[in-house]
Amino acid sequence: MFNFLELIRGRDRADSSRQKVKQRLQLVVAYDRVDLSPKALEMMQREILDVISRYVEVDPQGLDFSLESNQRATALIANFPITRIREDEDEEEETAAENVVKP
Amino acid sequence: MVRVIVITSGKGGVGKTTVTANLGMTLARLGAKVALVDADFGLRNLDLLLGLENRVVYTAVEVLAGECRLDQALVRDKRQPNLVLLPATQNRKAEMITPNHMKWMVGELSHQFDFVLIDSPAGIEMGFKNAIAAAQEALVVTTPEISAVRDADRVVGLLEANNIRPAHLIVNRLRPAMVEANDMMSVADVGEILALPLIGIVPEEERVITSTNRGEPLVLDTTKTLAAEAINNIARRIQGEKVDFLNLDVPKEGLFTRFRRLISLK
Ligand SMILES: Nc1ncnc2c1ncn2[C@@H]1O[C@H](COP(=O)(O)OP(=O)(O)OP(=O)(O)O)[C@@H](O)[C@H]1O
Ligand SMILES: [Mg+2]
Repeated sequence: MFNFLELIRGRDRADSSRQKVKQRLQLVVAYDRVDLSPKALEMMQREILDVISRYVEVDPQGLDFSLESNQRATALIANFPITRIREDEDEEEETAAENVVKP
Repeated sequence: MVRVIVITSGKGGVGKTTVTANLGMTLARLGAKVALVDADFGLRNLDLLLGLENRVVYTAVEVLAGECRLDQALVRDKRQPNLVLLPATQNRKAEMITPNHMKWMVGELSHQFDFVLIDSPAGIEMGFKNAIAAAQEALVVTTPEISAVRDADRVVGLLEANNIRPAHLIVNRLRPAMVEANDMMSVADVGEILALPLIGIVPEEERVITSTNRGEPLVLDTTKTLAAEAINNIARRIQGEKVDFLNLDVPKEGLFTRFRRLISLK
């Protein structure tokens, strides 16, 4: 796609190496700060999923589990797309539950 | 009241020693009595940057071993009477040094100086622990590069855990033209990730190398540079003055030039 205005203004910001490095750093420092081993993180993820699965049916493809850091406070961001509510068998709506846990 | 400040970074080679030497020289020129402590034991460097290597007789290790008095080990700067250096040891005896030794030495210096600046080694191991042991405040030096910022972040966490505050951020070797082209993180980007108050931005400057070659800190150079001015400003901010940050923006290229550049690139 040729965007004349963008060319005049300078290089595309979204995929510049500057944006890229910033995103990578934000992720890597978030993990550094909680200092959890990949194994512990995976276990936590599995246990949270277990608990949630007791109540709702979750789409395993759409799982998203990540850490984010802001002002040196790290948040655990988990996104579980719900395919079905367990008790109510005929509801087939696609909803998402977002869970934010502050350490 | 003495202020004991550690200059630290995590990653090596980002400019701790350069900042320490120049900042020490500037604070001394502003009238403060300054002691620089080279805590990079085993790999001493600070004496070289200051051009004092030929005047080192004793080092911290001889002081701790009781072979000389502390004031005998202090090397007085030949240009600036307010500045002294406590050199590090070059040999393996450096391994004997502990955080308690550092506290004792810095405690002794506290009676005679307004500032004690401690140049930390790279890493977060024993040498780092020694360097921060006696510090009240910290200057965290980083370059706008991914590994330097990541390591700086580890250091910031350790400084917090050791109650060393305030800690301020110095971004060194900034290349404004690269930031402008979105090829390098800006100071704001780095500050946002580390969440540390900024105290200085030092641009990339070739004369840092020539002044190191001569053993004359950049701030003494008769040719004025932005990097030297930046360090001057840091010294003044440390002393509580409000100083605006330098404008390091690259002059905007005209529409025509930019258009021509684009055409020739595509
Ligand atoms: N603003 C700058 N512009 C250009 N070169 C610089 C700048 N700051 C530092 N340098 C160069 O970078 C190199 C490393 O600097 P310095 O020795 O001060 O880093 P350091 O953090 O003390 O390293 P170490 O971790 O090994 O102790 C030196 O060659 C120095 O001349
Ligand atoms: Mg050094």
